[in-house]
Amino acid sequence: MEGKKEIVIKLQQDILLWQGLKPQAAAKEARVGLGEIEQAFPAGVFPKRAIHEFITVLPEDSAASDGFIAGLLAVLMQNGAACVWVSTARRLFPAALSLFNVEPERIIFMDVKTEKDVLWVTEEALKCEGLAAVVAELGSLSLIESRRLQLAVEESGVTGFILRKDASKAPSTVATARWRISPLPSDTLDGLPGLGFPRWQVELLKVRNGNPGSWVLEWAGDGFEEVKKVRGRSVWSEKLDRQIG
Amino acid sequence: MQRRFVSIWFRQLLADWQLIRRPELAEVPFVFSAPDHGRMLITAVSPIAAHSGVKPGMRAADAKAICPGLEVLDDKPTRPRNLLRGLGEWCVRYAPIVAIDEFGMDGLLLDISGCAHLWGGEREYLKEIVSRLKSKGYTVRLAIADTPGAAWAVSRFGKVTPLIPEGGHTEALLSLVPEALRLDDVVLAKLRKLGFYHIKSFIGMPRSVLRRRFGEEFLLRLAQALGTEDEVLVPLQIPVPFQERLPCLEPIRTRTAIEIVITKMLESLCKRMQNEGKGLRTGVLKGYRLDGKEVQISIGTSGATHSVIHLFKLFQLKIDQIRPGLGIELFVLEAPKVDDVAIPQEHMWSIKPGLDDQSVIRLLDRVAGKVGLEVIRRYLPASRYWPERAVLRTAAVTEKPVSSWRLDKPRPTELLRRPDPIEVMALIPDHPPKFFIYKGVQHQVIKADGPERIEREWWLDTGEHRDYYQVEDDQGKRYWLFRSGHYGGDQKYQWFIHGFFA
Repeated sequence: MEGKKEIVIKLQQDILLWQGLKPQAAAKEARVGLGEIEQAFPAGVFPKRAIHEFITVLPEDSAASDGFIAGLLAVLMQNGAACVWVSTARRLFPAALSLFNVEPERIIFMDVKTEKDVLWVTEEALKCEGLAAVVAELGSLSLIESRRLQLAVEESGVTGFILRKDASKAPSTVATARWRISPLPSDTLDGLPGLGFPRWQVELLKVRNGNPGSWVLEWAGDGFEEVKKVRGRSVWSEKLDRQIG
Repeated sequence: MQRRFVSIWFRQLLADWQLIRRPELAEVPFVFSAPDHGRMLITAVSPIAAHSGVKPGMRAADAKAICPGLEVLDDKPTRPRNLLRGLGEWCVRYAPIVAIDEFGMDGLLLDISGCAHLWGGEREYLKEIVSRLKSKGYTVRLAIADTPGAAWAVSRFGKVTPLIPEGGHTEALLSLVPEALRLDDVVLAKLRKLGFYHIKSFIGMPRSVLRRRFGEEFLLRLAQALGTEDEVLVPLQIPVPFQERLPCLEPIRTRTAIEIVITKMLESLCKRMQNEGKGLRTGVLKGYRLDGKEVQISIGTSGATHSVIHLFKLFQLKIDQIRPGLGIELFVLEAPKVDDVAIPQEHMWSIKPGLDDQSVIRLLDRVAGKVGLEVIRRYLPASRYWPERAVLRTAAVTEKPVSSWRLDKPRPTELLRRPDPIEVMALIPDHPPKFFIYKGVQHQVIKADGPERIEREWWLDTGEHRDYYQVEDDQGKRYWLFRSGHYGGDQKYQWFIHGFFA
């Protein structure tokens, strides 16, 4: 039985290699600070050459997603590269990004008029190798559009983040990972009054060749921190009896 | 090389122009008049009217009395200049530098150094210009001389030959009247009073005497005509140093063909620019169509570049705007604005990419070309508290922040452009709300931080200060609320939502 399992694991790793995923050796440098969540990805590495899709229906969700992405950008932009943020009706407050260790002046905002322009700029930006990441705010994304973006990413290696407002057509894209970030009540030390660190329910709804899951994560000032046990309070997704995955 | 100049004098510029436009006026005496101190003064006269004794400077009423049936047309002060500009642009075919004669406003000055031999000599050159202008309907007098001043003088007052040989301009000037030197009326009257009817009668006098009598301007004009002082012509069209022309054997209509044309022209243009260490900042592609119309597209770059691939991509975005019609037979690619290109040093190992990375700058150029430059924004910290003004917009990629971003106060990741009014229940005087209603949904506040008071910048606008609260509702969603103004009997206050925290 043990032998069989090993063979299966070996075969899985071979398949991943054939699909172009880096082996474990490079994994240490490729950490993005997500801790255990990274184990959910194939070979335990956060896929940088990929499109990550975030479903944000409410402004509160998109604010939380902005925070989560900003935390990832802090790591992705460490080498000094710039980031492009494309949107039609941007609400992101650049000054807030500095709280997530991102230098807001290294982000180039492109506030275009139509969704079509967003897609065009996003594709062009994803082809640009000098960038670390591209964030695009979109209403919806069709299969063909997402495939074009994915092809652009595979060539250049730029990480693409898509904030999508329309949740209904979720399964029709080829994004590598699909996330939903929702805000959770924060916790302060020893029950002091006031607000604590921003805390989110991070749901990985879909991940290609990986295991979807759900975690509770906190931005602890200079990095992500996973919250294992929430004192005296159940996790929000459990409370609503929400389906995950 | 000896410099040579042509002066073209349009003897009756306005009358000729009017006759071309309205041939039915050929048999009618007409004049142009413009108001001056409450009367109508004649500015230009047609040949028939001049024959009956009407002169420029007369009153229109007097002229009507002299010449019955006279038609008086309105003149505009800018018209001669516009006409001359049009004619001058046409004359660029004869010489690269064409200037309007600013003194008389009735002629053109051409710098034809090294041009005349293309027409087979100066005599043929003059003949060609005169006959071409005559066929259009303009009566002109021309002269060629070593200086613009001498050419001007001979074209208007010369009686022997319009072709002054090299070095012969001083001799040609001697027998001319002082008016030929482009002098103003006061000086001319003085000269006449003193009995100087020809240039030769005062040309040999000492300069100090002339300066005392007639002033510095007189000496300058004399020196310009003689060639001892240089006269600068202001060209109508500044010659473009970086230009490529591509005539096509067959008229071009398809996109593929246009793309090939652009690549070919860019290759030779970029090679030239590379050799001279220059890079393109703006580029214009003109296509001359079979039906005589002109189509053009233009591009701009944020930094000087001579990369064929990059420039081609910028042009490619605009090819859709070209309407080839029946076909384009001639393409002209110009680079009106070029800059010194900064050649980056080769790196042994890959360096940190950044905002000034070549690929990023190329991306920005493409976006600016397709969507517009105004969509590209960057923000720098501004040392101000008012949230709407806490960030400073900049377009330049290279601008560095002068102050650092503030980290001591919480700021929402999403900020509403305009705060939305909400309904709240809050304890007086400075407690955070117990609950608030935003867009019809009631939010129970569980935790809150604040208040953080932000005063309005009174030197910019008047109004109430804001007390900001960071609140978290029962579902864990975090908001940025504020109360505008104090509580009080007669004072107005209102609660708003201004942002969402991560």
